[in-house]
Amino acid sequence: MRLTDLTLKELWHRKSQLVSGLLAITLGIGVIVGIRTISVVSEKAVAVNLDNLGANILVLPQAVSVDNYYTADIDAPTFPESYVEKVVTSTLSGVDNMSPKLTRRTKVGNENIVLTGILPKSEIASKPLWQKGGLKGKVNASCAPKPGAQPAKYLDAKLQRKGIENLAGYDCFIGSAVANRLKVKENGTLTIQNKTFTIVKILPETGTVDDDRVFANLHTVQALLGTGEQISAIEIMGCCSAINDGLLSKLRNILPDTRITTIGQIVSTQIENNRLMNKISLIFLIIILFVGSISIGNYIWANVNERRKEIGILRMIGYHKRHVYYILVLKAVIMGLVGGIAGFIVGTFSAIWLGPQFAGIEVSPIYLLLLYSVAISIIISIIGSVIPAYMAGKIEPFSNMQED
Amino acid sequence: MLIQIKNLIKTYQRHDGAINAIDNLSLDIPKGSFVTITGVSGSGKTTLLLILGGLLRPTSGKMVYNGNVLNLHNEDQLASFRSNHVGFVMQSFALIPYLTAAENIMIALNVKNSDRAKNRIRAIELLEWVGLHDRTSHYPKELSAGQQQRVAIARALANDPDLLLADEPTGNLDPGLSEEILGILKEINQNHKTTVVMVTHSPMAAEYGSIKIKLENGKLHDQQTHVNIE
Repeated sequence: MRLTDLTLKELWHRKSQLVSGLLAITLGIGVIVGIRTISVVSEKAVAVNLDNLGANILVLPQAVSVDNYYTADIDAPTFPESYVEKVVTSTLSGVDNMSPKLTRRTKVGNENIVLTGILPKSEIASKPLWQKGGLKGKVNASCAPKPGAQPAKYLDAKLQRKGIENLAGYDCFIGSAVANRLKVKENGTLTIQNKTFTIVKILPETGTVDDDRVFANLHTVQALLGTGEQISAIEIMGCCSAINDGLLSKLRNILPDTRITTIGQIVSTQIENNRLMNKISLIFLIIILFVGSISIGNYIWANVNERRKEIGILRMIGYHKRHVYYILVLKAVIMGLVGGIAGFIVGTFSAIWLGPQFAGIEVSPIYLLLLYSVAISIIISIIGSVIPAYMAGKIEPFSNMQED
Repeated sequence: MLIQIKNLIKTYQRHDGAINAIDNLSLDIPKGSFVTITGVSGSGKTTLLLILGGLLRPTSGKMVYNGNVLNLHNEDQLASFRSNHVGFVMQSFALIPYLTAAENIMIALNVKNSDRAKNRIRAIELLEWVGLHDRTSHYPKELSAGQQQRVAIARALANDPDLLLADEPTGNLDPGLSEEILGILKEINQNHKTTVVMVTHSPMAAEYGSIKIKLENGKLHDQQTHVNIE
């Protein structure tokens, strides 16, 4: 019979009190685990969404209004193409790819179309300054898939054009709606403002304004429209993690006279919810630190008062104060351990149950949180037990005796 | 001489003023003696027992145990003194309710030796000695008052003390059981040469003492020595 055995036997002897003593800490840890589980899974879902969406940041002139991410660049005022260089020559990380665009409404015969000048990848790669700026290097450093992983695929068909490798001076890609209206086919031709373009590809239907667009080489479009080296927008593929880390504000510092928006409208609610949940879990953590400690402290204190006679007996037969501290702190550690595990289980099952209903996401357990739950719970329990243990050390060894 | 007490005073501060529970008491307790302390309630019997066991510090005076001045010991030294030299038997038995009879003894043995297997063997030997070999796994509530007191005596003997202090050990027992317990204490005194100091209200129990002390208002009122031990 050692003091550890004594502590375990005492816990078992008063197990109903143990359950009530653990209630606050279990529920507190459960709430934190539940919120964290949902928010972490939600953050991953946001990250996947952003990755799948590809270009997710739009740089527009300051004056433009942004009602729709996909149409904001149409007929927008322009700004210099050199802004692209400002970004690539900065120390900014988390920029995967950039695509400067110039968009204007125009006519082909009697049909209205949207003409968008884009820069194919081959031209971006051919710009020595951009390469020197390390655009590709930055891609590899911050957004590259892990070794052996499959490269990201654009799940959204409307984003396929952003991966266009080559686009010769008078080649063009056209949206499906334009192709239908103009009754043209691949390898056919299209005349825009007296210039003849070869239709390299008809893009699949996307259900967006892109179906009404004709994509041609940016520099050809600039010459055709007489804008000079001006563009109406820059599409940027930013890493989801970099966006979360404030890529937008960094871009705003580099390009102060532009308006920078993000496709994050689509996921902004989710991002806001995640931020809110992170804040709530932090608040809960602080609350549980106080409430949990007070609750455990109150329980241990009640336990000490109930055990005054026992503690007196132990002191009488020769146990030192440090043995009394050991018994009570060990009890707190065991309670913390049990409370942490129970809290993790309660929180995880709550998240699995509530996640699909309230956050619309499938939740799976995050086992790392078990470690944090147990650690936090034990720390809370130890903090709570310090004062009662100290007071228990003051119990006189003759407390079990009757005074004359 | 095992214990020498000189000019011992223990004062309790109460709302109506200070009270001397022990008032300038001097006393010698020889090794191997059986001392009984009697007196009316409030005469200072238990206070004296607490001081003898290193459970309570006197306000002034001196208590010497085997040549060591206990007054000079700090709390940890007093705890070690109790575990090494003193066994306690209380009126209320002072057993831990959620430990079995054997475990109640093992927890006392653990203070000096943490070998679980050896402690278990020793606990069972002690329970056999007090006639409870078939009650080793019983909890206190499953034992009669007399059996609980025998477990308490076995625990008091766990660490082979030189001094056994008993506070009203028969106070909760009927006359038959009282004699049984007193007989065990007498046997401990005679066979183990353990010095026994027993506080009692019972004149019958007091007769077991080789030295009979009567306290009144914290002072030595009467002392009779029947057998010259040393």
